Amino acid sequence: MATGTRTGGILARPTSMEGVWGWVTTVDAKRIGMMYITTSILFFLWGGIQALVVRTQLSYPGAEFVSPDTYNSMFTMHALTMIFLAIMPMSVGFFNLIVPLQIGARDVAFPRMNALSYWVYLFGGLLLSMGWLFGEAASSGWFAYAPLTESAYAADRGMDFYVLGLLVLGTSSMAGAFNFIVTIINLRAPGLTWFKLPVFVWMTFITSILLVTAFPVITVALIELMFDRYLGANFFVAAQGGDPLLWQHLFWVFGHPEVYILILPAMGIVSEVLPTFARKPLFGYPVIVFSGIIIGVMGWMVWSHHMFTVGLGTVAVGVFTVTTMLIAVPTGVKVFSWMATMWKGSIALTTANLYAIGFIALFVIGGLSGVSHSMSSSDFQQQDTYYVVAHIHYVLFGGSIMALFSGLYYWFPKFTGRMMNERYGKIQFFLLFIGMNIAFGPMHWVGMDGMPRRIYTYTSNMGWDFWNMVSTLGAFLLGFSILLLLHNLVRSFKKGEIADADPWDGRTLEWSIPSPVPHYNFARIPNVVSRDDWWARKYVTGEDGVTHPIPQGGAYAENEEDVDVHSIHLPDPSYWPLVTAIGLALMGGGVVFHLAISIVGALIMLVGIYGWAFEPVNEPDEEHEEHEEQVIN
Amino acid sequence: MEATIAPQHDEHATTTGLDHRKMLMWTFLGSDCLFFGSLIATYLIYRGQSIQGPFPYEVFDIPYTSVSAFVLLMSSLTMVLALSAIQRGDQRNFRIWVIATAVLGSVFLGGQVYEFTLFVSEGLTVKTNLFGTTFFVLTGFHGVHVTIGVFMLLSLVGASFAGKVKQHQSINVELIGLYWHFVDIVWIVIFTVVYLVEAPAIEAAKAAVGH
Amino acid sequence: MNVRMIRAIPLLILGSMLMLSVGCTPEHLMSTFDPLGPVAAEQKMVWDFVFWAMAVVFVTVLPMLLYMTLKFKRKEGDPIPPQTHGHRNLEIAWTVLPILVLAVAAVPTLNVLKYVLEPPAGSMQVNVTGHQWWWEFEYPELGIRTANELYIPVGKPVQFNLQAKDVIHSFWVPKLGGKQDAIPTRTNVMWYQADVTSPPEGFYGQCMEFCGTSHANMRLRVHAVESDAFDIWVQAQKEPGPVAEDLSELAAEGRDYFENMDFTATYADGAVSKQRCVYCHTVDGLGISGARTGPNLTHVASRRTLLSALVTNNSENLTSWLDNPQAMKPVSRMPIPTLTDAKTVAWGEYL
Repeated sequence: MATGTRTGGILARPTSMEGVWGWVTTVDAKRIGMMYITTSILFFLWGGIQALVVRTQLSYPGAEFVSPDTYNSMFTMHALTMIFLAIMPMSVGFFNLIVPLQIGARDVAFPRMNALSYWVYLFGGLLLSMGWLFGEAASSGWFAYAPLTESAYAADRGMDFYVLGLLVLGTSSMAGAFNFIVTIINLRAPGLTWFKLPVFVWMTFITSILLVTAFPVITVALIELMFDRYLGANFFVAAQGGDPLLWQHLFWVFGHPEVYILILPAMGIVSEVLPTFARKPLFGYPVIVFSGIIIGVMGWMVWSHHMFTVGLGTVAVGVFTVTTMLIAVPTGVKVFSWMATMWKGSIALTTANLYAIGFIALFVIGGLSGVSHSMSSSDFQQQDTYYVVAHIHYVLFGGSIMALFSGLYYWFPKFTGRMMNERYGKIQFFLLFIGMNIAFGPMHWVGMDGMPRRIYTYTSNMGWDFWNMVSTLGAFLLGFSILLLLHNLVRSFKKGEIADADPWDGRTLEWSIPSPVPHYNFARIPNVVSRDDWWARKYVTGEDGVTHPIPQGGAYAENEEDVDVHSIHLPDPSYWPLVTAIGLALMGGGVVFHLAISIVGALIMLVGIYGWAFEPVNEPDEEHEEHEEQVIN
Repeated sequence: MEATIAPQHDEHATTTGLDHRKMLMWTFLGSDCLFFGSLIATYLIYRGQSIQGPFPYEVFDIPYTSVSAFVLLMSSLTMVLALSAIQRGDQRNFRIWVIATAVLGSVFLGGQVYEFTLFVSEGLTVKTNLFGTTFFVLTGFHGVHVTIGVFMLLSLVGASFAGKVKQHQSINVELIGLYWHFVDIVWIVIFTVVYLVEAPAIEAAKAAVGH
Repeated sequence: MNVRMIRAIPLLILGSMLMLSVGCTPEHLMSTFDPLGPVAAEQKMVWDFVFWAMAVVFVTVLPMLLYMTLKFKRKEGDPIPPQTHGHRNLEIAWTVLPILVLAVAAVPTLNVLKYVLEPPAGSMQVNVTGHQWWWEFEYPELGIRTANELYIPVGKPVQFNLQAKDVIHSFWVPKLGGKQDAIPTRTNVMWYQADVTSPPEGFYGQCMEFCGTSHANMRLRVHAVESDAFDIWVQAQKEPGPVAEDLSELAAEGRDYFENMDFTATYADGAVSKQRCVYCHTVDGLGISGARTGPNLTHVASRRTLLSALVTNNSENLTSWLDNPQAMKPVSRMPIPTLTDAKTVAWGEYL
């Protein structure tokens, strides 16, 4: 019966959570979440450096800071790094840290697959970025329009790193998304019905559904491009009747849901932060949830607004104009609801809240320029100019990044047990806010002034000189503020003020457990009664409308002290996810370098998968016989 | 239905009562629909657009492909029988039916390989034209899915002989079964959309030659 | 403290309007705020509508946000505020109102869409083909072909049939209207009309879809001239060049080199082969029908610019180009012809 710890393995299964090996073999969502966030911050810095190179080259006309090819690689890789290696993984990091806590669970549904998602992200990110080492970084833009990406026009291996890097990364994203879909449906605490879920959990759920439906489409596009490049297929080869627009359709059918994947988690974070610091519930919760669902669904009906100028015909362009205009409605509803949450609240201007309020301001600006893009007939003047670049950065930096930073300041105490320095944080916030607007604001008018995007230089007679210089200076200020953020993170981690379990007087379940969070999360899984259940445990609103604290409130009815936390079973660590991830990465990398590597990778992956399949979630131990069953999981 | 109690030590209790892994498999298969959907869409978009031949009506042998489709369909039947056997605790029949499924799946794959080599000898490769490109990539990826399925089935047989497939854990068989049925259904779609719709053209070509 | 800050809000509103107006520089060469033809004008009209709508939202929402942040700032001892969960009528209003505004905005947008995508009947035809990294223009009705600089008659609609030889490009002259992409395997149709004559250097345009290393250098000019000037230009393009006897000795020599001399050509990717100018370039009217691989060089001396409107047309630039094209337009398909200085000068003279 007892199968022992050497099942199918050469090494004994790891048991310790200590040291580097403890982190490498972890299956704990909290640790995985921290690894995601740390890695994504590092990639964010790398993406930022690439951006500063771009801005330096554009700071004055005729600059020769980098060669044209290097410049073209810079803007391509900057976008890929920021989208796939910074924003998305940082969001997934928060999913890992927060979702199990907010639903009253001990971990996600598939802890080992969770670990796999992280390692595949790390290796995939390295593969995508590896082109720089060979002077062959992708240089056809992040949406890589065919036929520019065919071997005839992109002869070096840049596009190969692009294709294989994204294929590998796609696996990571999808595995993570599958995990969260099952977790959110299936691991909610008793009493936690759908409309009591925190909005962050809802947004995670919708984002995950978008991920698993959109990524297969780009997977197919990438496979088709790969077959064209390596095997002489004709998917996008004009001479054989291949249509460049097929690439664009496939890419943007993925690409538009992708931008909602980038913004919905951010909207979720802000929906948690604002109510906490206003001491009021989120205004219009059902409508915010429905708007999120509608945005997720409508996000599939607007993709060709990225293709307004390709000659789709008046009818098609007209249809996409209307659908795109309509998708502004649920987005606007959310903004109004957030503002109504603040109305007559008691607003604490902590750094986290400043970021959330800043998010609203900047996302509104980005959303407005988006609405102007939706009006296709005038968009013909703005398409492919810096006006689009301005829009993108207001929604992605002013939107996603601001919200993610808000999340950092907000949840830092929960996971580290220390507070981030507030005074330092506020200075850092203001510098970032100012820098961001100086960097990206002028891009609106320089775009309306005709400056194309993706050009490595321009001439002085165009009148673009001044604002380009301004924009570059703003970018450097922005970069400096990020360094301050990093410093605050590191310093606070080492010697920040010790934090309580509930430093912000929060509303949701994560604030009901100690900081930092014990590895079992909840000593006793709570029974949930209402939305914002933790707040309802602490406060009661009388008939007179006045809310006051419940005496001895702030605890779950069951007394925690009589729980023997050592009897709580959590999934054991495992090294199979890492092995499988190495195999997968080698399979991908081998296609770029040498097929022998792919074959080795495939074998390693097979070993990993079999080892994993025949390893139980928990090793049996003496005390708990009921876990002797083998679970092929 | 929603609020099942979650006792402390049992990791198998779920909010919906459905096993995590079954939910995962269904979600994965839903996602895989979009994968095949995109490949099928590409095939349909390029249908009739090839600049030079060979064209579908020149190379397709519908009777032949019907037989291999039937073989795959029968493999779904044997899969169902395998699941039924393990749910009854009948290890011997379970192994027989799983082996049968793997064999039928392999016959299908063999049929595919033979068909592809025949097409290549008739001048149709992935490089030749849009038809060659889209056909081989679509059916090729389906074939990869079947191959992975056969691997899983053979592993299941091996696990069974090692005493690792237990009656109360039949869910593992069910999961592989779900995957197998999905792959079969995808083939039904591909067979219809790629092969059967060419039947009129094939008939017309035969008539033109005077059959 | 709060009250003073609240009074600052009208100033902020004014400040933001000022900031928005800073972008308005119609005198700039590629500005979209200086519509000089009906297509651009209609598109500007749609823009004006959406701009004011955006401005209204901007000056109401953002100051409101700031106001709330300051007014409801938490003070020591503040009670927990009323736990308002929603307000049905308000939520309905702020869902329905944007839909109505957008519905209204859709009407001019869609009407103008139809207008700009459908050229008027009888428009003059110009076939535009994008190459890496230059523009080919053909007037099929007039039987002439040129490159990078386009002539059109003022006050008449011109239909552009866009194609591309290699990768996707995009054709744009901001002062005349919006852009459309030039995509291999298809022909996209658009039109412009210039309502005023262009200044001497022409209306500026540029390729707007990333098309490779020298995308930034792929520019064009449009010269809109009075009808009679246009007819003269057409005639001149069709006219044969000077006959052999009329050429200066140097120019004749240059012509001979152009048509008949083999040279070693070194390409950007390092490939080397034997070439002649005439294998890639055509000079119409001289009976030299070369290929269309490189820009048509008919009467190239009469053009104001060289290298897809990158530099001014003078013998110095032409000589530099012939010396080392890659330095001026990185990765250009023009190979470095190995020549002696004398030949370079001869060519300069000829062209």
